[in-house]
Amino acid sequence: MSEEIIGKDVKRIKALEKVTGSAQFVHDMEVQGMLHAKMKLSPHAHARIINIDTSKAESLPGVWTVLTGKDLPYKVGLYLVDKDILASKKVRYQGEPVAAVAAETIETAEKAVELIDIEYEVLDHVLDVKDAVKEDAPLVHEDLAELERAPVFFPQPGTNIAHHTKIRKGDIEKGFKEADYIIENEFDLPMVDHTAMETHTSIAQWKPGKKVKLWTSAQSPFAVRNLLANGLNLNHEDIEVVVPYVGGGFGGKAGIHFEPLVTCLSRASEGRPVKIVMSRMEEFNSVPVRQGLYSKLKTGVTKEGKIVAQETEFLWDSGANADYGVNVTRAAATAGVGPYEIDNVKLDSKTVYTNKIFGTAYRGFGHLEILWAIERQMDLIAEEIKISPYEFRMKNALREGSVTVTGEHIGDSHGKVTECLEAVAKEIDFDNRGSDDLKPGKKRGKGIALLHKAPAMPTNTGTAAFLKFNENGTVNLTVSLVDYGQGTYTALAQIVADQLKIPVEKVNVVWEQNTETQPYDWQTVASKGLFMSGNATIKACEDMKKQLKEVAAQPLRSSVEDLIIEDEKVKIRHHKDKCITFKELAMGYTYPNGNAIGGPLVARGNYIAQGLSNLDPETGQGLPALDWTYGAHAVEVIADQETGEFEVVKIASAFDIGKTINKSNVIGQIQGGVIQGYGSAVMEGYQFSEDGKLLTNSFTDYKVPSIADIPELKPILIENAQKDGPYGARGVAEHPMISVPPAVGNALHDALGVKIKEMPVIPEKIFELIEKKNNS
Amino acid sequence: MKTINLTVNKRKYQLNVKENEILLDVLRTKLNFTGTKEGCGEGECGACTIIMDDKAVTSCLILAVEADGSELETIEGQSIGEDISVIQEAFIEENAIQCGFCTPGMIISAKALLDRNPNPSEEEIDIALSGNICRCTGYYSIREAVKRAAEKKGGNK
Ligand code: FES
Ligand code: FES
Repeated sequence: MSEEIIGKDVKRIKALEKVTGSAQFVHDMEVQGMLHAKMKLSPHAHARIINIDTSKAESLPGVWTVLTGKDLPYKVGLYLVDKDILASKKVRYQGEPVAAVAAETIETAEKAVELIDIEYEVLDHVLDVKDAVKEDAPLVHEDLAELERAPVFFPQPGTNIAHHTKIRKGDIEKGFKEADYIIENEFDLPMVDHTAMETHTSIAQWKPGKKVKLWTSAQSPFAVRNLLANGLNLNHEDIEVVVPYVGGGFGGKAGIHFEPLVTCLSRASEGRPVKIVMSRMEEFNSVPVRQGLYSKLKTGVTKEGKIVAQETEFLWDSGANADYGVNVTRAAATAGVGPYEIDNVKLDSKTVYTNKIFGTAYRGFGHLEILWAIERQMDLIAEEIKISPYEFRMKNALREGSVTVTGEHIGDSHGKVTECLEAVAKEIDFDNRGSDDLKPGKKRGKGIALLHKAPAMPTNTGTAAFLKFNENGTVNLTVSLVDYGQGTYTALAQIVADQLKIPVEKVNVVWEQNTETQPYDWQTVASKGLFMSGNATIKACEDMKKQLKEVAAQPLRSSVEDLIIEDEKVKIRHHKDKCITFKELAMGYTYPNGNAIGGPLVARGNYIAQGLSNLDPETGQGLPALDWTYGAHAVEVIADQETGEFEVVKIASAFDIGKTINKSNVIGQIQGGVIQGYGSAVMEGYQFSEDGKLLTNSFTDYKVPSIADIPELKPILIENAQKDGPYGARGVAEHPMISVPPAVGNALHDALGVKIKEMPVIPEKIFELIEKKNNS
Repeated sequence: MKTINLTVNKRKYQLNVKENEILLDVLRTKLNFTGTKEGCGEGECGACTIIMDDKAVTSCLILAVEADGSELETIEGQSIGEDISVIQEAFIEENAIQCGFCTPGMIISAKALLDRNPNPSEEEIDIALSGNICRCTGYYSIREAVKRAAEKKGGNK
């Protein structure tokens, strides 16, 4: 192959299926004899269930099954097993499923749901995390002490605290004594929704012998299988999870969702397959969201602009269940002072239950949330101590030789956040902030913000890859990472093409995921897909090359060491005309006389995270990070000094991705991520009524960016190789959305001098701040 | 029940529908045009966009009986076998696809735009596609794809 395939813009795998509408999502699937499910949702934020009368629903013709919490004595949960499949004794948020129906048509199921009568006794509820941590707050889970949990999480029975991560580095008292300035601020942001365009949907078919087959819109087939096995007490090998095309995930389809419910409905309906599809309203109300966050930051800084002490409290609004929230709480804490070196740190990160829809993973896994506070605080400090936000960041940024909050030493394999900062500042001409060219009353502002994130995952996270040859000399690659739009399969195909020296068109990445046939992968989350599956794929290719050579060595009458792989052939290094094609070797080599050797070629590779350790529960010291991806955004705004109306003119975004495998797909991740972050920054956020009802439960009330909203965007790729990454690459799926909000906030602060501390940043709130400033 | 006649992608269908049946559901479940997606069912996301008598419409807001006698075009009608349309080609070339769920609706909105305006400005593209939500791409590549498709078609000059 003459052309370099790594770094080339190979066209996305399955693009043809997607543009022709032939790609089949679970939404589009029907299974013979299928019933349709519908859920009855709680109208109350917190209430005891006194009585449920399902008799009218059950007698409706066409209804097969009505289930309530009493029928399902199981709890599910990723780290803290705290969630009922259907609410049993009480409801903990408005929108919580209380009963479910399986019926012959969706209309019948809807009618039956309406016929279910539920009597509630309304309880006091708590919506705000600051109220929820007070001593007399209503308890969301009274039974916290009895819940099953993963050993690295620490719920506090008798409170609403589901977990507490502590980070302690240096001596915080000493740090504050050294400081010339101590600056304290509080920051807030609301829950937001993933709004993947395909809502959650699952089909389950129960089979004799306690077996079940599922088709589901999930990010992680093996996580679904594992959690379903644990939750319903089934054998892993009896559960088959199929994941076809998935219409977006962003963390919202990690873990497990309605799979247990449809499994139970199918089991109770004599094994008829049962399908559930969330309506958009249900998706907003009853499917988990990104947690809200309250942050309190107290920073000690010297006159010279060196940060010497950081005391931080994060209260995560996890809603009614811990789900991923506890792990977000933990993971974000490990990055909890931003990409800066600070010698003295005291950080407390707590997951707090409230009576709202629960929180889960969302692209960025807590980092967008904490960096809102951290990066706004940086600019508030810079203003107070009269230093440029750029200088201030440069002075404190992590670089080779720095030690992170968990005690990790930054070395030469780490990316460089300072290069990202330099690049974006240059791109928007950060120092030049004049407004002379603008209409009177308009001001230009520029803001910068840094970011970092490593995958949040168990220390023993693993993955595997299979390769097999087809009869015509093409190969199939099988991994259990799900490509729901990231483009990872295309990058993996490029890796196989480069390793085996075959055209990329001859690499077929098996699309549909099935836990029966695919090798194990922990989950498709955390921007670890290309890194880990890429490494496993390289190992599988090495295994394949070895086998090709071993078989070819005999007919070529050569030693394995003298063979090379080139142009889809095994050749003798110094006599390249002596060679055998892959096609001749693929199913076993046959001599002219009919004798055969070898056999159909199959190869495997695996990869497990190296050297990670659990954090010390008292100090948070340990190694949590596989690879850190660093980045920076710079934003230019033009704002109205009176009304607070503003326009984001340009965003420049740089990431140290180590190595580009497929540029077009990397740019796609950056564009999509930045715009999702932009949505969080300027328009998205859940709002609740005082009695805990969700007010933003449709696209009319919950706006996401449209094509008409997007500012100019300049993506910048920086490549300082990660030594253990495939070809030096790092993950960059989540990072683009992180720190977009503070960059926007900082630019507006710069333009108008307003101290924005609350997301989303909307003109109404800026107007209030302008008024406040004018009156003071 | 009412009998209606539809022409979908140039093929004629006669079928019985209930008065309150939604066109999108009829297309997806009765006629198996599952390329047309449902993202909200409320006219707010554009995933269900089809062309009805030369206009892009959100089929989740239209009753099947209202479409009686209409000519409809769905994503399935944009390609013949391996032959894909210029717009579909442009979407692939510009990598204007990630998960692919919004893609059929986007392509149909783009088709309706280019049919009536072969040389759209960037602003006209944005207006025509502003009812189609894509949560994956950030829209930049989609905008480029529509521009490229217009160019490829020679702008029908
Ligand atoms: S499904 Fe019709 S606009 Fe969303
Ligand atoms: S490609 Fe996923 S919603 Fe547009």
